[in-house]
Amino acid sequence: MGLSSRHLLGLQGTPREDIQLILDTAVSFKEIINRPIKKVPTLQGKTIVNLFFENSTRTRTSFELAERRLSADVLNFAASTSSVSKGETLKDTARNIEAMKIDMVVVRHGAAGSAHFLSRIIDANVINGGDGQHEHPTQGLLDMYTLREKFGRLEGLHVCIVGDILHSRVARSNIYGLKTMGARVSVCGPATLMPRGIERMGVEVYHHLDDVLPTVDALNVLRIQMEREAGGYFPSLREFHRYFGVTKERLDRAGRPITILHPGPINRDVELSADVADGPQSLILEQVQNGVAVRMAVLYLLGTQS
Amino acid sequence: MVTAQTLIDAKGFVRTINRLAHEIIERNKGADTLGIVGIRTRGDLLAHRIAQKIALMEGISVPIGSLDITLYRDDLRGRLNQPLLRTTDILFDIQGKDIIVVDDVLFTGRTVRSALNALMDLGRPASIQLAVLVDRGHRELPIKADFIGKNIPTSPEQEVRVRMTEIDGEDAVHLAEKGDA
Repeated sequence: MGLSSRHLLGLQGTPREDIQLILDTAVSFKEIINRPIKKVPTLQGKTIVNLFFENSTRTRTSFELAERRLSADVLNFAASTSSVSKGETLKDTARNIEAMKIDMVVVRHGAAGSAHFLSRIIDANVINGGDGQHEHPTQGLLDMYTLREKFGRLEGLHVCIVGDILHSRVARSNIYGLKTMGARVSVCGPATLMPRGIERMGVEVYHHLDDVLPTVDALNVLRIQMEREAGGYFPSLREFHRYFGVTKERLDRAGRPITILHPGPINRDVELSADVADGPQSLILEQVQNGVAVRMAVLYLLGTQS
Repeated sequence: MVTAQTLIDAKGFVRTINRLAHEIIERNKGADTLGIVGIRTRGDLLAHRIAQKIALMEGISVPIGSLDITLYRDDLRGRLNQPLLRTTDILFDIQGKDIIVVDDVLFTGRTVRSALNALMDLGRPASIQLAVLVDRGHRELPIKADFIGKNIPTSPEQEVRVRMTEIDGEDAVHLAEKGDA
């Protein structure tokens, strides 16, 4: 009983049993984070480094909280305040950290494959906290956990990922994970933000939200990076909102409740209208809470392997 | 191969649980302040049996909870198999209650140590008492049970197997040499 790998680098190729085990384990941790004392001694004496080469408040805070609630010692390493800004390479940074005898590394980096690279050169367990436009496995897992909690299953569920699929590691991790668990996955967005050949991942491609709404159980709405407008991917934020914005009016037309997820932070009234984000079908804050439980599960399963 | 020896059979099992329930009520002068917490998996089942008996005798339904001590174990690392994590379900407030912790076998005392720590994270009970079906000796920590179903002298090589109808199809306690099927 345990994970088949020493690292969590991505959901591509992660076996169904592993995903199942992480999601099941997270149920126990969700109980713990609702206790008056939210801390267990499980990872006492383990040192975990959060190695963040990209800015991230949300993911880092969530990981840090998960680590502290398992009683691990936590070291935060942000690129902006570290030797990386002095020109140190990832390899040297990793070697230096390794020399400090740490047990686990959570890494976020702008380059795809950086977590894989780290896992090959150091002994510690590596958790991918987002690598370039490649994967963000814990986000994929927490989205799946949230859906499973809501619907009681993932198998046969129709989930549509909406927005900027091209630049999204969240989309990729969700697609890999959901497909492995037997869900029906579709993507919807402008053609300019759709990776070429995405159908080969086993997803259905839509370019009009209204086409997918009649059959969908949940929408996972991605954040639109404001700089994409300047990049010429779409003419204006207003136009994006008109065609791909998830609004109450549009959802009402579907005639049945559709669950809304968003990895945050939200651009209100761009990809998601404010009334939907705050509405009864939105599980966005639930996702934040589940994120801590899922990360505790991953840390626990990797940190107590023999 | 040596066949397993039966130490408690189905009838003895019922009698033992009845006696434990009586002793618990006697010591606590009733059941008003009690809360019963079983350590997963068989302690949890035993807790339910004891609570049923107390309900029959006192006409009170005592709050029951189950405790998963996995996260508090001192042998998590270095075990060959990672134990499956289950949830702790204690839906009543343990604050100020007299908590009866129930487990099937008391051996090294390490499980009970973990259970005490886990309980303390949930609140501050007035007291914690320990009830076990079998005390087999060989303690590694200064822990003793308040209520004991049966004292069984064993050698460390032997294995005490508690079987319960809910999961094993019978109520019994067997003593086997290690490695026996």
